[in-house]
Amino acid sequence: MCLAIPALVTELHDGAMASVSVGGIAKQISVALLDAVAVGDYVLLHVGYALHRVSEEEARRTLAMMAEAGLLQAEVAEMAQTTGLAGGAS
Amino acid sequence: MKYVDEFRDRDLARTLAAAIAVAADPARDYNFMEFCGGHTHAIFRYGVHDLVPANVRFVHGPGCPVCILPARRLDDAIELAERHGVILCSYGDMLRVPGTGRRSLLKAKADGADIRMVYSTLDALDIARANPGREVVFLGIGFETTTPPSAAAIAQAQAEGIANFSVFCNHVLTPPAIRHILEVPEIDPAQAARLDGFLGPSHVSAVIGSRPYEFLAARYAKPVVIAGFEPLDVMQSVLMLIRQVNEGRVEVENQYTRVVTRDGNRKAQDLVARIFELRPSFEWRGLGSVPDSALAIRADYAAFDAEKRFALSEKQSRETKSCECPAILRGVKKPKDCKLFGKACTPETPMGACMVSSEGACAAYWTYRRLETLAEMAAE
Amino acid sequence: MTLPAPDLSGSIDMSHGGGGRAMARLIRDIFLRHLANPLLDQGHDATRIDAGSGRIAVTTDAHVISPLFFPGGDIGSLAVHGTLNDLAMAGARPLALTAAFIIEEGFPLADLDRIAASMGRACREAGVPVATGDTKVVERGKGDGVFITTSGVGVVPEGVDIGPRRLRAGQAILLSGPIGDHGIAILSKRQGLEFGTEIRSDSAALHRMVADMVAAVPGIAVLRDPTRGGLSATLNELAGAAGLGMQLDERAIPVRPEVASACELLGLDPLNVANEGKLVCICEGEDAETLLAVMRAHVEGRDAARIGHVTVGPAGFVCMTTAIGGQRVVDWLSGEQLPRIC
Repeated sequence: MCLAIPALVTELHDGAMASVSVGGIAKQISVALLDAVAVGDYVLLHVGYALHRVSEEEARRTLAMMAEAGLLQAEVAEMAQTTGLAGGAS
Repeated sequence: MKYVDEFRDRDLARTLAAAIAVAADPARDYNFMEFCGGHTHAIFRYGVHDLVPANVRFVHGPGCPVCILPARRLDDAIELAERHGVILCSYGDMLRVPGTGRRSLLKAKADGADIRMVYSTLDALDIARANPGREVVFLGIGFETTTPPSAAAIAQAQAEGIANFSVFCNHVLTPPAIRHILEVPEIDPAQAARLDGFLGPSHVSAVIGSRPYEFLAARYAKPVVIAGFEPLDVMQSVLMLIRQVNEGRVEVENQYTRVVTRDGNRKAQDLVARIFELRPSFEWRGLGSVPDSALAIRADYAAFDAEKRFALSEKQSRETKSCECPAILRGVKKPKDCKLFGKACTPETPMGACMVSSEGACAAYWTYRRLETLAEMAAE
Repeated sequence: MTLPAPDLSGSIDMSHGGGGRAMARLIRDIFLRHLANPLLDQGHDATRIDAGSGRIAVTTDAHVISPLFFPGGDIGSLAVHGTLNDLAMAGARPLALTAAFIIEEGFPLADLDRIAASMGRACREAGVPVATGDTKVVERGKGDGVFITTSGVGVVPEGVDIGPRRLRAGQAILLSGPIGDHGIAILSKRQGLEFGTEIRSDSAALHRMVADMVAAVPGIAVLRDPTRGGLSATLNELAGAAGLGMQLDERAIPVRPEVASACELLGLDPLNVANEGKLVCICEGEDAETLLAVMRAHVEGRDAARIGHVTVGPAGFVCMTTAIGGQRVVDWLSGEQLPRIC
C-alpha cells in the first residue's frame, strides 16, 4: 500500500543517513535516494527511506483549491437560486 | 504545516462533498477505479462513500502488493526459511497471508523457521551484519515505491561486501497492470469492469512521476487523476475526475502536487534500473500472467539474488478454491459476490489475500463497512 | 534491623526453585526485602485477610511482556497495576494481591531485584500489599526471563453493581484519557521497529479514581480497562454482550500526537493499541459531567472525555463518525497487530 508519511529532517549524518521527526517520533532514515537533502526539509518517508521532498508551497496551493471548490459551488448554488427566484416571479 | 491533519479536516471535507454533489450529473454513473490499496484503505477508513452521491462509485483495483502475490511465491519464501535455513526478513504486511494449504509465514515461524519482521531493508542489512554465519534473505514485495529501498539495500550490501545478504525479488510495476485491466475487455468483454477513470497512485508516482500514465489517456481514453492518500486528496481527485468526465476531457491530472512531479525521482529510478531488469512476465493473483509487469535482479548482482543463490523446488501451489479474489482484484466482482465472504472467510480466518491485507477490498468492506454490505447481501 | 545488602551479581539457577536453602535465600533477599508487609509476614501457605462487609471480588492475570523493562514501567509494576485495575473495574476496593513468579534459569538476579523493587513501590503507592507469593524456576529456553501471575482480592461496596447487562441505549461512553500510550511505548523498543520517543506506558493503578467515581455516582453501569486489543476490543465486547450498538465520534477520542504519528508510521489504528492505565466508563447521560469532573481531578483522568453513546442497534456493532464526517464500523483487531507498510 506504499504507506509513506511526511517527516522533518532534523540532522544529517554520514553514509546518507539522517535523523527525522515524524510528529514527535524520532527515526533514523536513509536519504540515499535523494540529492541535496537539507535540515528543515520535509521528506516523504517510506520503509526507512526518504522518497521525495514534500513541497509546502504546493501543499498550501492544494488546500486553497479545496477551499475554492466550496466558493465555486456556492456561486453555482447562488446562480441556481437566482434562476429559481426569477422563475418564481414570472 | 504537518501535511497530515490538514488533509483530514471535516469542514473542508464538507466543502468538497458539496462541490462533488453539485458537479455529479444525476443522470449518469461515475465508476472510478482506485488502483492503490492505499486509496481503498483511505476511502473505507474515513467513510468517503458517505460524502459522495450514490452514483459516484469506487471500483477497487489490484494495487495491494500482498493481495496480488501468488501462492507460489509465498510458498517459495516459506521454503527458503524452512528448507534452506535462512533468516527470512519480511515486512509485517506479508506475515499472515495464507499460501498453499493456508500456511503463512507466521505459521512457519511458529513451527520453528527463523522469520523476522522488519520495518526497513536497513534493518535486514543490520541482521545480516550481526549474523555473518547465516544467510539472510529479504522478501522483497511491493510496487515502484518499495523497490528503490530494495535496490538501495543491494547496492549497500555490494559496497560493504555483505556476502550473506540476498533479496527474494517480487517487485511489480503499476502501469503494465493498469494496461492489463484495460486490455481485458478487448479480449473478453464479460470480464470487463466499467471504468470512467482512474485515481492514480500516490507514492508510486512520487518515484516514477506522472508521465508513465500518459498512455492511459492517449491510448485508452481514460481520465486519470494522480491522488494523494489522505481522505481530502481522494475527494478532491474525485471532483477532478467528475469534471473531466462531464467536460469530455481525457487527461492525466495531478492532484498530489506536493509530492508528485511529471518526472518523479530520477535518482531512485536510475538506481532501480542499475540493479533490476524487466521480467518477461510475472504471475499476479487475479490478473494471471502479465507481460513486462515485474522486476528481477540483474545478472551483475546475481550474488544478491535469492532465486539464484538457492535452488527452489518445483511445487504444486494452489490458491484457495472458490475464492473470488481474482475477479475482485480486477474490479469485476465485489466482495459480497464471493460466497466465502463473511462466512468461511473473515479477517480471523482469511481464505484469500484480499481478506488478509487491510488494503484488500474484502477486508475493507468487512472491517469498515460491514453493516451496509450485510444489508446489501440480505436484500439480494 | 536492616538486612545486609544481598549479593545480586549472579543469576537464577535451578536450585533457586528447588525448595531448599537457595530458594529460601532468594525469597528473603529479593521478594521479602521489597514486598514485606504484615500480611506477607504471616508466613503461612494461605494468608488470612479481614474482609469487612460487602461482596468479595477476585481476579487473576498472567503477565508476560517483552521487553521486561520499558519506558514508564516494567513487568513488576505492570503486574501490580493490571490486577488492581481488574478489581477496580468491578467497583471493588482492593484488599490484597498474590504474586507467582516463573523465572527462567540464567535470569540475572539484579534484574529480578529491580522488578521486585518496582512491584514493592507500586504496591506502596497503591496502598495494597502482596499477601502471599510463589516462585518456580524453569530451565533455560523454557521461559522468557520472567513471567508474573498476580491475583487480587477486593470488596465491592453495597449498592454498586457494575456489568454489561446494565447497559442501556442512550447512556454516555466516557474515556479517562488518551489511548495507545502503552502499546506504542512497548513497540518503540521492539527489535526492528525502534524509534525515539518520549511516549511512556500509561501503566497506572486506577482504583483510587474509581473509588471516587463510584462514591459520586454509585449507579455507574460499566467500567472496563481497554488493555490488549485496545478501545475497539473493549467496546465490541461490551456491545456484543449487551446486544446493543455504540456510536463514537473519532474527533472526541483523545490520542497523543506522538502516538498518532507512531501509528501513522507503522500503519496501525490507535483504537487497537493497548492501554494499561485507562478506563472506559458507561453511565447515564445526566451523570456524565459529574463523572468527567471526578476523573479530571485525578492525574490518571486528567484528559477524560465523552467519546460517544450507546445505541439501540445495530446490535453488537460499534460505529464511528470519522474525522471527515463519514461513517465506519470499529471492528475488533484481527489476529496479532502487525505493521502495515509496504
